Amino acid sequence: TFFQVTSVSLFIAEVYTPREVNTDGSIAAEDLNERQWQSTDVEVDRSDGTKDSESFTAAAARDQFQEELVIRPLHSGDIYASFQFRTLWDIDFLQERQKVSHYRLFPKSLGQVLSKFSVRELHISFTQGFWRTMQWGQPFIPSPPGAELWVWFHDTVSDVDGNWKELTNVLSGIFCASLNFIDLTNTVQPSASFKPLGLGNATDHRFLRYATLPREIVCTENLTPWKKLLPCGSKAGLSVLLKSEKLFHSSFHSQAVHIRPVCQDEQCTSKAWELRQTLNVVFDLYTSSQGKKEWSLFKMFSRTLTEACPLATSSKIYVDITDNPELFELNPVTPLLSQAVVLGDRRTYSVFDLTRAETFGQLCSLNLLLRDMLRPLLHAERYVAGFGLQTGEIHTVIYNNHPYRAFPVLLMDSVPWYLQLYIHTLTVTSKSRDNKPSYIHYQPAKDRHRPHLLEMLIQLPPHSMTEVTVQFERALLKWTEYTPDPNHGFYVGSSVVSALVPSMVAMNTNFTQDQPLFSSFVPVKEESSYFVRVYTEPLLVNLPTPDFSMPYNVICLTCTVVAVGYGSFYNLLTRTFQVDEPSLPLEKRLANLIRRIRGVPLLA
Amino acid sequence: MAAPLTLLLIVAVTIRAVLFRSSLAELILERVEVVSPLNAWKRVVEGLALLDLGVSPYSGDVFHETPLMIYLFHFMVDYAEIVFMVTDGLTAVALYLSIQTYNKNVFRKQKYALESDRYPADCLELLRSPKEMFYIPLKVAMFYLLNPFTILSCVAKSTCGLNNAIIALFILCTLKGSALLSGILLALATYQSIYPLTLFAPALLFFLQRLYIPVNLRRSSFWFFTLQYAFIYVGSLVVITGLSFFLLGSWDFIPSVYGFIFSVPDLTPNIGLFWYFFAEMFEHFRLFFICVFQINVFFYTIPLSIKLKEHPVFLIFMQIAIISIFKSYPTVGDVALYMAFLPAWSHLYRFLRNIFLVSCVLLACSALFPVLWHLWIYAGSANSNFYYAITLLFNFGQVKGPILISHFT
Repeated sequence: TFFQVTSVSLFIAEVYTPREVNTDGSIAAEDLNERQWQSTDVEVDRSDGTKDSESFTAAAARDQFQEELVIRPLHSGDIYASFQFRTLWDIDFLQERQKVSHYRLFPKSLGQVLSKFSVRELHISFTQGFWRTMQWGQPFIPSPPGAELWVWFHDTVSDVDGNWKELTNVLSGIFCASLNFIDLTNTVQPSASFKPLGLGNATDHRFLRYATLPREIVCTENLTPWKKLLPCGSKAGLSVLLKSEKLFHSSFHSQAVHIRPVCQDEQCTSKAWELRQTLNVVFDLYTSSQGKKEWSLFKMFSRTLTEACPLATSSKIYVDITDNPELFELNPVTPLLSQAVVLGDRRTYSVFDLTRAETFGQLCSLNLLLRDMLRPLLHAERYVAGFGLQTGEIHTVIYNNHPYRAFPVLLMDSVPWYLQLYIHTLTVTSKSRDNKPSYIHYQPAKDRHRPHLLEMLIQLPPHSMTEVTVQFERALLKWTEYTPDPNHGFYVGSSVVSALVPSMVAMNTNFTQDQPLFSSFVPVKEESSYFVRVYTEPLLVNLPTPDFSMPYNVICLTCTVVAVGYGSFYNLLTRTFQVDEPSLPLEKRLANLIRRIRGVPLLA
Repeated sequence: MAAPLTLLLIVAVTIRAVLFRSSLAELILERVEVVSPLNAWKRVVEGLALLDLGVSPYSGDVFHETPLMIYLFHFMVDYAEIVFMVTDGLTAVALYLSIQTYNKNVFRKQKYALESDRYPADCLELLRSPKEMFYIPLKVAMFYLLNPFTILSCVAKSTCGLNNAIIALFILCTLKGSALLSGILLALATYQSIYPLTLFAPALLFFLQRLYIPVNLRRSSFWFFTLQYAFIYVGSLVVITGLSFFLLGSWDFIPSVYGFIFSVPDLTPNIGLFWYFFAEMFEHFRLFFICVFQINVFFYTIPLSIKLKEHPVFLIFMQIAIISIFKSYPTVGDVALYMAFLPAWSHLYRFLRNIFLVSCVLLACSALFPVLWHLWIYAGSANSNFYYAITLLFNFGQVKGPILISHFT
């Protein structure tokens, strides 16, 4: 690549080489050899390129541009995209007083603003919508709704308020916003809240000014000048995605510009200006994606990526895959992974490096697809409805989640004999319409011998829920047939749903010895469908119980009632009536006794 | 007497029609006091549905009706309500006519007895006058049609109403003197549920009395007629059973219907004594007590026939009462049938002791049945003992009631 670039340098005014960037973002030791305004075909010796780097740096500025897009799917189904464009303007910090007229990647308008108003740090943001922290988490770059501007001036400024007023007017011209409404009535000087984010140790808050305009509206007129500040404009790299018709059709949109002095390298031998242009946007599941949890770059931005910005040293897309197994799958897959600790959370990212040609594939375009995991196409549930211990209803619900294919399933129910099923109450409804099964095999139960068996072939319409209901009556069993814990209830085994589910991916019908075991359990007969068996929940049903402490009492009492009946009948049948003579008083009976002895006639 | 009877029929049909159309119909359809596993309408529909599915209704344990019921309801299932209302009307008319005939007989016998001076002087107040007896048939029909038990049984579409109709027609034919029809109807009643077998003896006694054949085991005329009648009866039974065989082509219905009645495998609560007894029975003694309880139904026939051979109609009443109380799956429809006969012996009421107590017991139990059922099954705050206690009391009251009457004939 080194030699390639040097040959190209004959024709291009600005010459640069792409830097090798390590995964932690630091710049490799290999330096650039920049040629400026001079065509040369001097072959640079690679071996001592590091040593000779200083000899080639004339007054050439070493600007750098990095662009990055972070995509994070949120749990509510929305998706958060955060663009950051970072330009490093290598200008000597201490010599800021000298007139700067040499701009390369850094936008001239901002550079002039910085030098004219002696600005040390400038942060301006325009936001539409409110960031919902509890639903979306923490944003990378927070911002309040409306416009916000806070500026640290150099401590050499004598009239800060005057600078502030002029600065706001100039910025409102640059960004096409009504920042001229910022005046002393809405400006404050926070003493502790907004410490400088860049280099510098002066913390005299007299040089800080902070103002917000919550009423400020953000629209295409603000986006266009913002995009113009980018080195590649909106023509190459990640900024081609910034199309306003999609960006403003979102739940949250925030664009910001942050300028601050930073260190050039780790040892901080020299300083540079850093310009960060950030754009945060949250796309809503329902307005942008019609309720389907499928996102792609095309769906979000109505564009795909074809190349990186040629001026960028690094152009990367990070997709947050920390929640990958549960939420979605990512297409195309990339081998690059990166882990980062951000906002107190360690997250894993899939990295797409746009500077590499293979990222774009054969079609020379990159469209990332985030799709919900393949939901199971067939799913069944079962429950008991009704109240009381006399009757009930078994409901079996079968879900077909295939979006457009209907397929038949075989439902098998085995219900124990003590729940008497009434097959004339069997109803099968799909999408609230009757769905008659094409095959029913029913074997009714024989008390204490065999259970009910019900098998049905049901055609499931696509993307639907089918409900099978049947009524039953609960039987009273003999007291010895109850388990020791009768109030726990009786179990009814699971229903079995067997089906050949149409497959979205062609199945492999060849059987090979070295197939993994988990894919060779069920023989595959045809390519377009696979066999699946779904079990529902078992049911727990209560039966009415007799009183287990009462066998002797019950036998006695019932036999008593039968005996009363028997006794009454016996009485009725064997009782004879005799006419009863009225009895004589005692003295007459004694007299009769004596008369009998004497043999004379008795008294009456 | 046609006009009052017609009016009564219209009122009864109106009440039933109103109840059929109300929301109470579904509630009553499921009450265990009104329907039993033998005669529930839900099971009839289930049996027909099984037949439609190509499965024999007797292969499971849910359908216990005879095949002739399948024949009947296969065509009439859409008009079931009309069928049951017509059945009730038929029963009432049959009872009306039979009690009318019976009263004529009784009055005729009384007249002869009076003329031959067979009554002692102090029994004259027991004699009945035509004026008293004029309204008795209407009262009998009214007791049957407007009895809440009958209305409930009809609204629940319990096939007990059909059984009652067959028995009422049998009584009518017997009292009219047609031995052939009586034999056929008795065979049909026996075919439906086995217990009307015991009505053979009173019917025989009635015919013997009517034809002035003395009931003497040594006389050939007695045996001649008995064999004739038995032949009619058994022959009809065989024919009907054969017809049932040809409906489904198998003998499956015999264990399903008759085996079910005798062996009582289903312990669904009802107003009888069997269910809780056999729910709490020790396995070892189960067969013994099944035999005891079933013999108990048939056992009183011979002694009662001997005792009441002069009064065969009263014997029929007693037998029906015994069947209703002691059968394996009683319902209130069975109770309603024998209660309909009570006005026929209204001249004995002033001699009955405890009639007030018995009627109060029966009334209170009828009111408590649904309450305690709800507490046990739905509210969960009572248990099976509560319902069982009311069952005991109800049966005790029933046992005492007809016995009381029988004391004074």
